[in-house]
Parts: sequence; structure tokens; C-alpha cells
Amino acid sequence: MTWYLIAAIAIGGVITFGLRALPFAMLKPLRKSKFVRSLGEWMPAGILLILAVVVLRDEIVARADQWWMVLTATAVTIAVHLFCGRRVLLSIAAGTATYIALVNLL
Amino acid sequence: MSSAAQTPEQGPLRTQIAHGVRDSLGVGIGIFPLGVALGILVVQAGLPLWVAPALSIVIFAGSVELLLVSMLAAGAPLLTIAVTVFAVNFRHVFYALSFPLSRVRSGLPRAYSVYALIDEAYATYVLMPAKQLTSARILTGQVMMQLYWVVGGLIGLAIARALPAPIEGFEFALAATFTVMTVDAVRSRRQVPSALLAALAVAVAITAFPGNTMLAALVLFAALLAVRYALDARRGRNETGDGQAEGATE
Repeated sequence: MTWYLIAAIAIGGVITFGLRALPFAMLKPLRKSKFVRSLGEWMPAGILLILAVVVLRDEIVARADQWWMVLTATAVTIAVHLFCGRRVLLSIAAGTATYIALVNLL
Repeated sequence: MSSAAQTPEQGPLRTQIAHGVRDSLGVGIGIFPLGVALGILVVQAGLPLWVAPALSIVIFAGSVELLLVSMLAAGAPLLTIAVTVFAVNFRHVFYALSFPLSRVRSGLPRAYSVYALIDEAYATYVLMPAKQLTSARILTGQVMMQLYWVVGGLIGLAIARALPAPIEGFEFALAATFTVMTVDAVRSRRQVPSALLAALAVAVAITAFPGNTMLAALVLFAALLAVRYALDARRGRNETGDGQAEGATE
């Protein structure tokens, strides 16, 4: 177990650092590429959306009979974010608190 | 480290460090509770306590750390972990295109800056005028952000150990974070086409590849963006507008 954990965390660390460092090492050809620049501009919003959907879906799968709690907490997160001044922490806290309350109290 | 990074034209080192600390406060409010959530999750997943600081020091990439806790607890194969980390963190490749790394002193400081290039650090410094950016300021900001993570994780461990019974649902903090970041990202209309393509990609991935949705969605999304680029290029890049990209959705 211990060695598995150490190996997994080390692998995660090496890959993450590699992904952050490699582009700086070969930045010049990358910068010249219009295609790469377009991707850099287009990707963030879409990747975030994919991350959000995948994580939300995993949560729904994990609590199949309580799927509406996931949707309710997500709706609260978005509503608080849009109507309470886009304060990131406040929105996350409101959504998470809603979810914890629903999961533990109902 | 910071003492080696002074650049005299930006005022005394103390001022630069103070700027760096102030830069980090805003995102820190978001990072710290996620660190606490990480610590709580590590305890509730039944993992050894050292996993929390180890994740925040060795990997230091917020969302992946939270994802890894559940994967580690489930004993996911190392290859799956490697592919997931690669897929989720692949976006960092694009940070290099615009992060002001040239403002950071080369050598160890620059290596740390690359290692600690989390989403929040990128978001904080990418749009700041280069004149205001000093090595000490950026490094201080990044060190502070990592401290919020590590210390938040330790506090989360303590909280979880003190709780009489496990409280479920903390993992939603990750979903909420991504949701909020998505809402902010698609705020500008220019990002809507990308979001639509990503929605298409993830919908297909969920239906066709339920086993590895994340990777399938990211690969599909990249392919759709390549198609979009090709279409844009054919229609002439000068008049790139929202309407054109919508055609690529089909």
C-alpha cells in the first residue's frame, strides 16, 4: 500500500512538472504556430466545462438515488455565483454547504 | 530564495514581497478551503495522513490532487493514474504561451515558478503589466499559494480526525470549483463556441466511453478544435467571428 501510494504520487508529480516545464523548453516553435495559439485561446473554457461535467457525473453515479442533490447543489453554486457578485469562494462554499446538508440531513 | 530574486528598479524587496502576498490573497480564499477539503477527504478515504501534504508538495495541482484521493483509495492502476494526471493537467502546456516566466530569475527561482504554475498562479499573473512584475513578487505569490494548500490540508486532517462521525459530501467542493470556473470562463461570448464543442465532446464521451470519460472527452475536444481551426482558416482568419465557429458544432 505504502509503495503504491508513493509510486502513484511520484508519477503524478513527474507528469505534472513535465507538462509545465516542457512547453517552456520548446516555446519558440510553439509561439510561431497559429494553430497552437488558437488552441491556447480556445481550450481553457472547454476543458473547465469537461472537468465540471465529468466530476458532477461521477458524483451522480456514486449516489444514484440522490442524483437530484447533485443537481440542486450545482444550481445553488451557479445561482449564488451569478447573483451574489461572482465571489468564487462564496459560490463554492454555498454549493458545498448545500450538498453536505442535503446528503447528511435527508 | 526570495532574497536572491531582488530587482532594484521595482523598489525594495520588502515591497515586492508584500505585493506578492497581496496578489495571493484573492485566490488564497479559494485555495485554502479546498486544501481543508483535501485533508478531510484523505482521512475519510482511509488513506495515511502523509498523503495530504505529499500530494500538495509533490504534485501541487489542486484538482488532480482531489481526484487522486478517490483513485488512490480505490487502488486505481498506476497507468490509469498516469493517464488521468496527463489528461487533466495537459492544459498547463498552454500556460507556457503566455505566463510571464521571463520576469522570474533563471535558475532555481525559475524552476520553482514552473513547478508551482497552478491555475491560480497563471490567472493571477498572466494579465498583469510586465512592468509591475518582479521575480520576488511572482515567487512570493506562488509560495503563498502553495502554503495555503499545504497548511489547509494539514488543518483538514486535524478537523477530520476531531469529527465524531464522518461528514459526507466535502468532495462537492471540487465540482463546485470547476462549475464556478466554467461560468466565469464562458462569461465572454467569444468562449461560447469552445464551451459548446466541449459539451458535445463530453456528451459523446459519456455515451461512448463510460470507462474513461475524461480522457475521451479531452481528446475529442482537441479534435473538434482542430476541425474548427481548419474551418476558420478556410474562411479567412481576418473575419473570425462567433457565427462561423457555430458551424463547426455540427
